[in-house]
Amino acid sequence: MKSLEELAQIRERMKNKVALREANGEIRIVVGMATCGIAAGARPVLNALVEQVAKQHLDNVTVTQTGCIGMCRLEPIVEVFMPNEERVTYVKMTPDKVPEVIEQHIKGGKPVVKYTIGAVEN
Amino acid sequence: MKELSLNILDIAQNSIKAQATLVGIELCETETTLLIRITDNGCGMEEAFLERVLDPFSTTRTTRKVGLGLPLLKLAAEQTGGSLSIRSIPKSRSENSGTTVEALFHKDHMDFTPLGDIISTIEILIQGNPDIDFAFTHTMPERTVSLDTRELRAVLGEEVPLNDFSVLAWIREALTEQYAS
Repeated sequence: MKSLEELAQIRERMKNKVALREANGEIRIVVGMATCGIAAGARPVLNALVEQVAKQHLDNVTVTQTGCIGMCRLEPIVEVFMPNEERVTYVKMTPDKVPEVIEQHIKGGKPVVKYTIGAVEN
Repeated sequence: MKELSLNILDIAQNSIKAQATLVGIELCETETTLLIRITDNGCGMEEAFLERVLDPFSTTRTTRKVGLGLPLLKLAAEQTGGSLSIRSIPKSRSENSGTTVEALFHKDHMDFTPLGDIISTIEILIQGNPDIDFAFTHTMPERTVSLDTRELRAVLGEEVPLNDFSVLAWIREALTEQYAS
């Protein structure tokens, strides 16, 4: 069984990280997790996002969940909010598309246009 | 839903919307049956609403507080010859309000949906709701797997949120280890 001791170590390490997080401009990734999103495959997408953000130590990125955005047929939907930028809405997301979005958009600042609602709807 | 663990993720969202501070997720398995029990200490449901929540066609947009989640779970249970029941105590009646949803499945039925990736469901619930406590137990004939965020919170203190990435990784590993042992 994994020891609670390891959690105590995480707590120690975290003490130094809080200041760092606050210094950076926050990027928010929001995943729709209502019945429609979950049924369409939002859970593996969210898992992939959390995994990538954690693995790459993207300390200025938060991943949060929301309810039904109102476009159930386009789920899984992922919205990205960057400081001073317009919201970008990705639709019909899959775990495969996540690395590209992280690399190009979250780290590089350039939205992956082909996965956005504008491109998919037209 | 392709996996019952997705139904569980969905039903637990109702507890979260009902402002629960503690959500219990219990899975009790025998060789041939699976019982899923989701309990919460949220605001509960009034009797009139309770009567309607299982009917997908009576929930309208404006009154939609629960949606399709419960009818979908009920269908998944009944198609295996099982059943679904809900008990709820509304806040208007008692301080100890809350809701319990129980679904019984026959695993040997051809239409049984597999449980699937329950670890991801637990991780995602904690990830999205770091201020809510989750008590998870999965009893199987050969082993029991459990995780209680209240215990983790006691070690982590107030400054480390439960959805910190390293904590989530710990949770995933702890559950994976328990299932493998």
